[in-house]
Amino acid sequence: MSNEGQDAGIVIIGGGHAGGSAAAFLRQYGYKGPLTLVGTEPLLPYQRPPLSKAWLKGEATAESLALRPARFYTQQNVETRLGVTATALDRAAHTVTLNDGTTLGYTKLILALGSRARPLPLPGRELGGVMELRSAADADRLQAALKPGARLAVVGGGFIGLEVAASAIALGATATVIEREARVLARVACPALSTFVQEYHRSKGVDVRLATGVEALEGEGGQVTGVRLADGGLVPCDVALIGVGALSNDALAQAANLTCQNGIVVDLAARTNDPDIYAIGDCTNRPLPMYQRWHRLESVPNAIEQAKQAAADITGRPPPAPEIPWFWSDQFDLRLQMAGLPFGATQTVLRGAPDVAGFAIFHLGPDDTVLAVEAINAPADFMAGRVLVTKQKQVAPGLLADLSSDMKTLAA
Amino acid sequence: MPTITYIEFNGTSHSIEVENGLSVMEGAVNNNVPGIDADCGGSCACATCHVFVDDAWLAKCGTPDTQEKSMLGFAATAQENSRLACQITVSDALDGLVVRMPEAQH
Repeated sequence: MSNEGQDAGIVIIGGGHAGGSAAAFLRQYGYKGPLTLVGTEPLLPYQRPPLSKAWLKGEATAESLALRPARFYTQQNVETRLGVTATALDRAAHTVTLNDGTTLGYTKLILALGSRARPLPLPGRELGGVMELRSAADADRLQAALKPGARLAVVGGGFIGLEVAASAIALGATATVIEREARVLARVACPALSTFVQEYHRSKGVDVRLATGVEALEGEGGQVTGVRLADGGLVPCDVALIGVGALSNDALAQAANLTCQNGIVVDLAARTNDPDIYAIGDCTNRPLPMYQRWHRLESVPNAIEQAKQAAADITGRPPPAPEIPWFWSDQFDLRLQMAGLPFGATQTVLRGAPDVAGFAIFHLGPDDTVLAVEAINAPADFMAGRVLVTKQKQVAPGLLADLSSDMKTLAA
Repeated sequence: MPTITYIEFNGTSHSIEVENGLSVMEGAVNNNVPGIDADCGGSCACATCHVFVDDAWLAKCGTPDTQEKSMLGFAATAQENSRLACQITVSDALDGLVVRMPEAQH
């Protein structure tokens, strides 16, 4: 099929935060041609972060979860194709085949394929009550199961596992978090922060088991009844949530011979190695110029930043200024905010006492350059840290630790 | 429905009818007004919906809480009339509200 002489338009594959944002930015930046958004889920783009928190606790509505209202897509002339999945990409023909048998031509293609829960090859993973949490449908299943008195076992002490454990307690269920490493958040936070978070969870009634392997999921009548531990112990449960990280949904790109390495490899304009194909969000492995490396970032800010990069490049705008990675998480009454990544950090500075009242941990390089900040209930320190990291400022550790230092002066 | 006027940094003005109960941020995002990013979706975690509220409207928009104040204190180009748009709830009392966008949210 040839599209010569006509604008086949832009096709976005993926209806998550990245894909939905890309559609919005393309229109904001003046793109007026045909624009199609293809989503596997039957829902218009929605926010995933509340799924483990407000949504699970029944404090959000479908309306508040939606990234934008349905009329937005009509008003902005974005054609949405929901509940369909792209099964093949023909780069030479500039077409994408969908699982409903249709084929879409494109002039430019944006892959916003997202990520999927890392599968854990455990015996019993097919039992009823064994869940993962990626989609609103997953969250609805989980919510239905987390009745008061229900026993939740979480395999994996990452953000999702801890957030769900906190929500479960709020819903009147019990929660056990089983973590293979010696601390929770081992992949994403420093040991001091992990220690604080796991102790806080324990103080709120979560049973946190560290350095604990999982052997199998056990059940009766097809329903999960417990998690068998490597040490032989058993954690009885009615619901088992597996939250051990995510993998890039890059199969479509791989099959089309786009460069993939732990995700679709892109540059700072979200371009793949095909000039007509961009990739954004969780599915990408992207450059982090400040840290001189590529990285896969599973976060909303990353999805939005890359959506902007792709939309800017396609519409001939200058690229947006690079942002530093940042993340947030809410667990009980803790607000965790992190900015920067501590690659190359050799110094850790604690500002404030590790307490629910608020504190921050700064990570510095050997020359006192601020590389990352982790803050608990300390929004000002988080914001100051974000500025310091962005500016790559050097600050003497003693000044950061001294609560009488004015962060505004340090960040200026 | 109250009308909110959003003025981009480059002067482009968008007057939009926004439903009561939504936030000023949601009014912008739902209508694709450029300049309000709202990375965190309105949970006051990111300060990417920073706006300047016209002085005449400042008091009617309420007082920022501690969290918002802390976040705003470090937003680039923050001023006395800075607010996070996700923390201002639209009501009839805000019919005619004018907010201006900073040059950038990051």
